[in-house]
Amino acid sequence: MDIVANELSKVYKIPKRKAGIMNGLKSMVHREYEEIVALNKVSFEIGKGELVGYIGPNGAGKSTSIKILSGILTPDSGECKVLDKIPYKDRINYVKNIGVVFGQRTQLWWDLPVIDSFELLKDIYKIRFGDYVKMKKELIKWLNLESFINTPVRQLSLGQKMRCELAASLLHSPSILFLDEPTIGLDAISKLAVREFIKKLNKERGVTVILTTHDMDDIETLCDRVIVIGKGEILSDGSLKSLRNRVSNERRLILDFEQGKNTFSIEGATLVREEKNRLIIDFNPDIITPANLITALSTKYKIKDILIENPPIEEVIAQLYEELKI
Amino acid sequence: MDSIKLYFKYLKLNIESQLQYKASFIMMSIGHFLITFIDFLGIWVLFQRFGSLKGFTFPEAALFYGIVHIAFSITEAWTRGFDTFHKLVRIGDFDRILLRPRTTVLQILGHDFQIMRVGRFAQGLVVLIWAVKTLNVKWTFGKTLLLIGSIIGGNFLFSGLIVLQATLSFWSVQSLEIVNSFTYGGVEAAQYPISIYKSWFRKILIYVIPLATINYFPVISILGKTDSLNYPSWMGWVSPFFGFIFFILSLQIWKIGVKHYTSTGS
Amino acid sequence: MKAYLSIIKIRFNLLLQYRIAAFAGIVTQFFFGIIRVMVFYGFYSSTTGSVPIDYKVAISYIWLGQAMLGMIPWNGDSEIQDLIRTGNVTYELVRPMNLYNYWLARAFALRAAPTFLKSIPLFIIALLLPKEYRMELPPNILSVIGWIVTTFGALMISCTITNIINITTLYSISGDGIQRLLSAIVTLFSGMIVPLPLFPDRLKQILSYLPFSGLVDIPARFFTGKIIFNQLPKYFSFQIIWAILLYGLGQWILNRKLKDLIVQGG
Repeated sequence: MDIVANELSKVYKIPKRKAGIMNGLKSMVHREYEEIVALNKVSFEIGKGELVGYIGPNGAGKSTSIKILSGILTPDSGECKVLDKIPYKDRINYVKNIGVVFGQRTQLWWDLPVIDSFELLKDIYKIRFGDYVKMKKELIKWLNLESFINTPVRQLSLGQKMRCELAASLLHSPSILFLDEPTIGLDAISKLAVREFIKKLNKERGVTVILTTHDMDDIETLCDRVIVIGKGEILSDGSLKSLRNRVSNERRLILDFEQGKNTFSIEGATLVREEKNRLIIDFNPDIITPANLITALSTKYKIKDILIENPPIEEVIAQLYEELKI
Repeated sequence: MDSIKLYFKYLKLNIESQLQYKASFIMMSIGHFLITFIDFLGIWVLFQRFGSLKGFTFPEAALFYGIVHIAFSITEAWTRGFDTFHKLVRIGDFDRILLRPRTTVLQILGHDFQIMRVGRFAQGLVVLIWAVKTLNVKWTFGKTLLLIGSIIGGNFLFSGLIVLQATLSFWSVQSLEIVNSFTYGGVEAAQYPISIYKSWFRKILIYVIPLATINYFPVISILGKTDSLNYPSWMGWVSPFFGFIFFILSLQIWKIGVKHYTSTGS
Repeated sequence: MKAYLSIIKIRFNLLLQYRIAAFAGIVTQFFFGIIRVMVFYGFYSSTTGSVPIDYKVAISYIWLGQAMLGMIPWNGDSEIQDLIRTGNVTYELVRPMNLYNYWLARAFALRAAPTFLKSIPLFIIALLLPKEYRMELPPNILSVIGWIVTTFGALMISCTITNIINITTLYSISGDGIQRLLSAIVTLFSGMIVPLPLFPDRLKQILSYLPFSGLVDIPARFFTGKIIFNQLPKYFSFQIIWAILLYGLGQWILNRKLKDLIVQGG
């Protein structure tokens, strides 16, 4: 196991703010605090080479978990081990083995060419010269950085910057990569490139990846496993398929037909919407298998085309939140 | 050794990136030079009017002034990362620093080195050189060492104050400005020999924030004056070390601050 | 007119929201005031010769300068300067009001609001201090009237200078250096650091013709009774004439630059 989290808990104390001059002065002497539970006994394990999506609404405890796992925050109780080390103890030795990318922040030197930041990171991480040259070359190739590696960071597009950011976090060959919203604000093409790269990194290099995101396409295209967190607790942990099933195992059938009857009555299937020469049907495969449904439909309609799909992940997540009332 | 190499790398990048805006850099440096010069003009005016300040002549006062400003300009240059540390915490970039396998102090120092403080430095140096040339002091090896020690000690003392100020931002950002005023007020106060102040204020400058130790005692020794405060004469020789000790202590308090940050995640 | 008034109102409200910053400002000003008073105490006790103003007057003058610090035009309006730096100033040009007067109204609010907020507590503290640090009340009611009128005059000069600082940002992106220099000149030549009556006689004469003396020196001398009340018309018109001249100057610089901007297409 690369990551073992065992009953991690964290409570924040936030000073209460009150309006008014008198209260302002009072708060300088004595402060009242409000307690906010960020994590409540959170446990999970992540194996080597997994690519895990870690999702939840804002304030659910995502970034608190990531902070604990990456060693910059100490939990109030519980323990975690990453690569057999306790992250928040002996920070300097631990962080050598991980890479972190924050989608909204930069670690690159704003006014200088990208390559200068890389050179600095080489010294910060004490990367051996040979390893650095090799890794740099590889990352430049994989992420296609060649054309702007000597351009000052401030002149790069958002997508180019994110690609450099990824490379910067990987120069020291970490075995775990934490990605915090890596595709936020990127154009469609850059998003695809970033996803492609993450996938490749995971598959070919065996790097364990933990990805937090609000972009459900990221999850859909990248993650085999999804951990959903809400109000500081794990709500669901498993494959994307089992997450879908948990909420509802209904699937959707889209039927284009040339002609047919207007009435619709098949057990286990409900008509969601009717468009011109098109039916959108949700059905429960436990009651009626896709094959039986299609057979049933073909007796009533002259079918032109059929498409069966899973409900979009956004809906699944929204439904899950709804169900658990977060 | 390795850390020193890394620090120089940081330094190189700082200089390269600040030289990207050459016009701004030159203007700022000249600006800093002239500002402190105009400041000094104010002291000149007072000596013109009053002749002396409690037994100190204008060139003698200039020696105090030069030491403080050179020391503070060095501090401003190399501890800029700590000076603006509250911003680093606010935008969350301190997390990035924690994610790297190096000490926080090294990374923060490296993160920002302000070369344009060379303006204040140059002005302090001009005043110091003028004072040294004007004063009738026989510059022995010991006295020269004392002068340099005083500047270095002063630099470390101011740096310690800046580190403490940065440490405070782990707890409260709002009170920073108040502490800031004490740092700058301290520079203002240390421009003059502390013997001119009332005893309560002098005691603060000796025992609480030992600003006085950085220039008063060494300069008294250099000038060969008898100290009107009756402190022993070896004070001049040990006081530069106070600055250094103060700095080391500040770094210890800084560590407590970092620990607080990683345990509360403010 | 209504638009200008609402600008001023917004600024006051904004300031009241930053009470802690205001509190920090008061602490800073008090701290610097105390240091300066002690330095003057040292100088006054070292001289036997005659000094143009006596110690009591000098320290009242200093406290007044500290209390009214917010009124000193030592910086520009940071929001306007940001607009200029980012190039968004072009949007300002399409507003249905005179750009120059709009900026001036903002400058008025920028200067008046913090002064109003900070000066009262500082006055109270300075009046309650132990005898040798204390600010003295004006000798009679006429001095108070003279002071209030000339403070208004000072505000006018301050606003027009502030606006000129805003406009100089249009001329150089790296205007920071120039502005810092200007701030140093303003603080010294207005009498903020050393009361103008203490300057060498020649210099004093030159400074008395410059607009900066209208910022601190003239109100302070009315306050301390060093200028008698029947001189008020003379001094007040001096201030107003400078304010008008500076107003014209600012307008001229702005128009020149706007022409360029329009020709170059912004």
